[in-house]
Amino acid sequence: MKRYASYCSILLIAVLSWFSITPATAQAKDGESEVDVKEIILGHMSDAYEWHITTWGKTHISIPLPIIVKSQETGWHIFCSSRLSESKTYQNFFIDEEGTGKIYEKLQDGKIVRPLDISITKDVVQIWIVVALMLLIFIGCARWYRKQPENGDAPKGFVGLIEMFVMSIVNDVIKPSVGEAHYKPYTPFLLTAFFFIFITNLLGLLPIFPGGANVTGNITITFFLAICTFLAINLFGDKHYWKDIFWPEVPTFLKAPIPLMPIIEFFGVFTKPFALMIRLFANMVGGHATILALTCVIFITYQLGVAISASLSLVSFVLMIFMNALELLVAFIQAYVFTMLSAVFIGLAHTAPKAEKK
Amino acid sequence: MSPDFGLLFWMLLAFLIVFILVGKYGFPVIVKMVEERKKFIDESLKNAREANEKLANIKSESEAILRTAHEKQAQILKEAMATRDSIIKEARDKAQEEGHKILLEAQAQIAAEKENALQEIRSTVVDLSIRVAERLLRKKLESDSEQEKLINNMLNDMTKN
Repeated sequence: MKRYASYCSILLIAVLSWFSITPATAQAKDGESEVDVKEIILGHMSDAYEWHITTWGKTHISIPLPIIVKSQETGWHIFCSSRLSESKTYQNFFIDEEGTGKIYEKLQDGKIVRPLDISITKDVVQIWIVVALMLLIFIGCARWYRKQPENGDAPKGFVGLIEMFVMSIVNDVIKPSVGEAHYKPYTPFLLTAFFFIFITNLLGLLPIFPGGANVTGNITITFFLAICTFLAINLFGDKHYWKDIFWPEVPTFLKAPIPLMPIIEFFGVFTKPFALMIRLFANMVGGHATILALTCVIFITYQLGVAISASLSLVSFVLMIFMNALELLVAFIQAYVFTMLSAVFIGLAHTAPKAEKK
Repeated sequence: MSPDFGLLFWMLLAFLIVFILVGKYGFPVIVKMVEERKKFIDESLKNAREANEKLANIKSESEAILRTAHEKQAQILKEAMATRDSIIKEARDKAQEEGHKILLEAQAQIAAEKENALQEIRSTVVDLSIRVAERLLRKKLESDSEQEKLINNMLNDMTKN
């Protein structure tokens, strides 16, 4: 959390220094109504127990979501997140607003512990929206194909678009990266990962419901996706792959009494998916933070007077449009890069028929 | 930032569901269809190429057939002409021969007729002359000397002959 916060503030300072205005002066003017940029950005980017839509005056308008927790003392609890909003406590559960933003339980002996928490949070809802969208799109397209007679016409319109998209990923990313001989069984996973990341990224760019949750910028999600790739690489790697790790073809002194190369190779097994995890996470967080920071510029400069505010708002507005366009690109590129690298790593775990001949 | 268990749990569930459903009933259908279509198009192209080749072959073949047919036609015509000429010649020869033969026959017949006619005329003349002679004789042979003279003349004539 600390790293996350410092990362964002560095970014924010960088953005603000472009306009040669220090947020300190802006905030010092009016201590009461100062804009807490850090909180806005972090609040928008992190997971939450309710789906905040907007704040109208002093009332927060948000979609309450179900909270599912298991207490060590009282067992399972399912209740609505609105019971915990505005620092309320319900059945000894409360949200730690200042710190992690998670649900904690105050036990009878006064200890504060974290219960087993599988609440339907904002990110979970977003994930299910993505799942529903994917099922709708791809099962729908598949149904269109099923209805076609054999050797029917090529699809047009939306189905054609999806077909083109899917086939371009298969032919340009998966097939050449994994290798012609082995790519078939990995295609469903890689395609699912690609479209999951891509659709999630796109929905993450929408400012309001049903998008806006920063799912791919959540380390849990990228962690999970990286684990999937890790399993896909290592569960189905052939013996050449394992031999290359534990007995690589290097001069013997590099692997014999001290297994130097094997240790490095073995770490490589974990660093590859780890790099995938961090790359996707950092890119998405960075993009979102920049857009949010630019948005905040408008609210900060608002307090400085009309002239400065108008001119700076215009600048930040133009930059926001630019960043959103860039993020649109990044949404695709990150999904593409994740899929391609996963495919390359999977391909490395399978010796190509050419290499076997040596 | 540490992975959150609840989110991980839901992510696992959601991703598994979407992976199983879309990975089984979504993407393979699309990919399979596209590959089948690709195969179909490839085959169609191949077939079209083969058909084109066949068509070209058929064209050249038909041209060859046409050419031989033309040649045959010319030959047949030529032969027919020759046959016609020979038939005509033959017919003409035959006709000429026949005509000649008929002419000869006619001439022979005419000659025979003429002979017959001459014979007839001769016999008629003989008859007439005999009758004339009879009459003359009846008148003249009333005398015996005359009779004997005549008979002797006649006998002389006959023996001379």
